[in-house]
Amino acid sequence: MIAFLWQLFVQCAVSFAATVAFSLLFHAPRSQYVPCGCTGMAGWAVYWLTLFWPGATPVLASFTGALALTLATRIFSVARRCPSAVFVTAGIFPLVPGAGIYYTVYYFIMGMNDACLAKGVETLKIAVAIALGIVLVLALPGRLFHRFVGRERPPRA
Amino acid sequence: MTQTGAQPLAAQSAAPDQQRILRFVVEAGETLLENGGEIYRVQDTMERMARALGARDFHVYVLTNGLFASIGGQPGAGCAVRAVPQAATHLGRVAAVNALSRDIAAGRAGLEQASARLAQIRRIPYERPAARIAACAVGTACFAYLFGGSPTDAAAALVAGLALEPARIGLERARAGKFIANLLAAVLVALVSLLLSCALGAAGVGTNLDKIIIGGIIPLVPGIALTTGIRDIAGGDYLSGTIRMVDALLIAAAIALGVGFVLLAGVWLGLPMTGVAV
Repeated sequence: MIAFLWQLFVQCAVSFAATVAFSLLFHAPRSQYVPCGCTGMAGWAVYWLTLFWPGATPVLASFTGALALTLATRIFSVARRCPSAVFVTAGIFPLVPGAGIYYTVYYFIMGMNDACLAKGVETLKIAVAIALGIVLVLALPGRLFHRFVGRERPPRA
Repeated sequence: MTQTGAQPLAAQSAAPDQQRILRFVVEAGETLLENGGEIYRVQDTMERMARALGARDFHVYVLTNGLFASIGGQPGAGCAVRAVPQAATHLGRVAAVNALSRDIAAGRAGLEQASARLAQIRRIPYERPAARIAACAVGTACFAYLFGGSPTDAAAALVAGLALEPARIGLERARAGKFIANLLAAVLVALVSLLLSCALGAAGVGTNLDKIIIGGIIPLVPGIALTTGIRDIAGGDYLSGTIRMVDALLIAAAIALGVGFVLLAGVWLGLPMTGVAV
């Protein structure tokens, strides 16, 4: 149990650092680095935890990860009075199927056509799963977020 | 949202010239669009600003790479068309225009003041190259670790990231096309990773080439195009969303081709490619 919690902590810390680094690459305002990092961390942590579920695939994990990511984005966007692009842009990178692209090419080059096709289809499925997760959370009414996080904080300059 | 404060200011500045409102709003929209705002937000922000500044009969249509706007009102009707090529995403400018739009809507900024602030926003500098290189390297190392690499793999990906960002900055300055720039960058990442992996292997240190390359190509992966495309389509802007999606597919293809070339060369040369099982 302790080992599991430690692992979770390391995953969270590394994904936080990775997302903050990418926020800098996209010139996000410095004052938003921490929420940016938390957005990426939320997406990745849920992705990582979902994979422990028996029978869970990377496709399902990408879907739940995208749900968490978009939820975090919308909460921060209201709480920090900042457009959601600021948070989602760097936050999405842990979920984007870079590994899928690589393995598809690798099997293609190696002439393992079945594996190549399987990976290619999985990569597309992951992209669709991310899209679905984002769209579902974007469909939630804005009032919901304003009621829970909007009013409590003083307006930021 | 809050339009109550807007009226006195608009009246006070003696019915601001419709042409100047148009120019300001179009410039603000251009700034949002070229720096990574999504279509719905750009359109919405422009409309809010125009309304708060006292524009009459303002209309705007925004696409991924251009915008069209017109303003009514008897003396001073006009229209504007802007081609907005994709620039480097600058979220600081997007956030600043957003804050400016809030202030205008709340009546805290008139046309004069808003124009001055917009000019400032458009000059917010990019991060220094040294900071970007460091960030890119830290990012690639972290991702190599997250995607299952060992600390050694992360260190190798760090080196790949150190090589990648200067190359991207150089390609940007040389105005290389997006496809070719991503292809060349992917070749560089794969090449550095392969050489490092071989060198470390010769020194008796085991590495996973796949994890190093995957970590290294993450800065190239079309994350923005994919998410913006999804958000555009979710907002009903199908045409712009399609443009982004095609963009995402082409970038992914460019990365795949670049990595593929290097892997193919590695196979031909008979280099040991370690840790490629899934």
